[in-house]
Amino acid sequence: MIGIRIPEPTVEVKPLSEDIRRSMLYKMLQIRYTEEKLQELFLANAIRGTTHLCNGQEGVSTGVAAALRKGDTVTCTYRGHGHALAMGMPLKSLMAEMMGRVSGCCRGKGGSMHMTDASLGLLGANAIVGAQLPIAAGAALTAQIEKTGNIAVSFFGDAASNIGAFHETLNLASVWKLPVVFICENNRYGEYTPQHLTTPVEDLSIRAISYNMPGVTVDGQDSEVVFAEFSAAAARARAGEGPTFLEMKTYRYRGHSRTDTGPYRPAGELEAWMERDPIKILADKMIAAGQLDQVELEELTQSVQREILGAVEWAQREPYPDPEELTRDIFYEG
Amino acid sequence: MAQMNLLEAIRQGMDEEMEHDPRVFITGEDVGPRGGVFRVTQGLFEKYGPTRIIDSPLAELSIVGVGIGAALADLRPICEIQFADFIHPAMNQIMNEAARMYYRSGGTWTVPMVIRAPYGGGVGGGLYHSQSVEAFFAHTPGLKVIIPSTPYDAKGLIKSAIRDPNPVLFFETKKGYRLIKGDVPEGEYTVPIGEARVAREGSDLTVYSYGMMAHYAMQAAERVSQTDGIEAEVVDLRTLLPLDTKTVLESFKKTGKALIVHEDNLTMGFGAEIAAILASDGFEYMDAPIQRLCAPDIPGVPFSHPMQDYFMLNPTKIADAIRDLAAY
Repeated sequence: MIGIRIPEPTVEVKPLSEDIRRSMLYKMLQIRYTEEKLQELFLANAIRGTTHLCNGQEGVSTGVAAALRKGDTVTCTYRGHGHALAMGMPLKSLMAEMMGRVSGCCRGKGGSMHMTDASLGLLGANAIVGAQLPIAAGAALTAQIEKTGNIAVSFFGDAASNIGAFHETLNLASVWKLPVVFICENNRYGEYTPQHLTTPVEDLSIRAISYNMPGVTVDGQDSEVVFAEFSAAAARARAGEGPTFLEMKTYRYRGHSRTDTGPYRPAGELEAWMERDPIKILADKMIAAGQLDQVELEELTQSVQREILGAVEWAQREPYPDPEELTRDIFYEG
Repeated sequence: MAQMNLLEAIRQGMDEEMEHDPRVFITGEDVGPRGGVFRVTQGLFEKYGPTRIIDSPLAELSIVGVGIGAALADLRPICEIQFADFIHPAMNQIMNEAARMYYRSGGTWTVPMVIRAPYGGGVGGGLYHSQSVEAFFAHTPGLKVIIPSTPYDAKGLIKSAIRDPNPVLFFETKKGYRLIKGDVPEGEYTVPIGEARVAREGSDLTVYSYGMMAHYAMQAAERVSQTDGIEAEVVDLRTLLPLDTKTVLESFKKTGKALIVHEDNLTMGFGAEIAAILASDGFEYMDAPIQRLCAPDIPGVPFSHPMQDYFMLNPTKIADAIRDLAAY
């Protein structure tokens, strides 16, 4: 059995209210079963292109999104369905976008890797590794200059910590004391290659030191720990104390993209991480606190699955974009 | 009417826009107390302070990336790239992020930003301080690309660029910063993006150009008028993207001969697009093979000053090309 090191929290992790727990559990189930359904639809060629699923990583996006405020902004990665749903993107909007329908969140122009929603402050998922970091810093600059009290968040993967954009942005954000939180979802693999073959340090949070910025390695599987560590970083940012780098140790159950089964994983690794499933961890806490039982969990799961199926069936009936859509939205004319 | 040089006109345009829109700010390398390496932002730090004139790290990717994020979240950034040659580390942010954001978001996020960069050779800068890079960006739908050649246009166009709700690249001829002088009226005016200007009327042929080479083309046209009686029309494109194809074609219909002049190298340069438009939409008016006078296809502007002179165009070379084409 492969052992998983669980980082110690650096802040006090209080049990969240039953309402917040219930809402996070619902979101994690929604993300988990949306990803499962998308995989099924892809393999049946009901959705084209490719996709990058985040099953196993739901604790990070959900724990962070639960602590965001209206007005905060987010940039994220092409493994971004979870971020979008955690922030509150309607399932129908996401599903229609996945299927290239005009009623999708980007009118069918974005697809799986580019979910965007202005009404949620989701500046966009990004298919270019690391490109989203400076954009979040820019949104943070606006918040700083306009004194809105808002913060910006950028999600990225472990491999993005090797790209220039990461280093330029952490440097600039620190020296300008921008209200931004950098959230690295370290799922141990950059595409098909394990971290230790591409990256000379194991805990990526250590990289924050050279930018004179707090860097924390976090148990990304426990959404309450994520919530607590992120809340502390967000409070620092809102107080004008500058950025924080949070490295979330997590794991993706699926491969890098649609057809990847993950043959490069050591035997037992997937199973070990599934023992630390973020949904299970939160559900177990709720059951122990008398806030949930197995029957309720099953009912909630089924209700989420019905909701997803409803969104799929709805999206499949939605129209494709007209040919005129091709040349629309090149320049804003207003 | 005040006389000023190109650099002063750009500064005045930015100053006026900063005065009337508190969302406008400038960031870039040494733009603050130093006033930029060319002093385009001189005096603005003293006037607007460190929250609106922000010195950045020497890191172009993040200068542009931060500008994009700030623009998405309501501000109106002007990002200065110290030399156009340094823009390449920011290519991904400009081409993949700024240019595509409005389209990829289905028309919900706009990126109202300006990226300014001094371009061009003739100042002894060598390979990495002399480049003309406009063709890369003119090939990128979603961007607007402006290269003014007069102080009047520079001021009017920088103001339009700052007000434009889309990402605009604004290239400034560094050789012309102090060399090119002209009248700039008192008071408010703008020059619309996307409109070329007939800088000189003529009937024998048309010279199409922009930036420093448009300035030289005017000198060359005056010279051949006096020495040879050749009347060249000069079309200053001013905006490369979106291109004013109407003005381009109208002049060609009148003269039937085209000489396209740019400082960037020949192959796949912006002149190829002008030539293609004239060939496809102006074929029946064509009286001579379309000519391009451009820099040679070599990897950069060499340092040695005689070699720089071989590379660079000037009014004499342009005048010779005008004479050749007129004689066809």
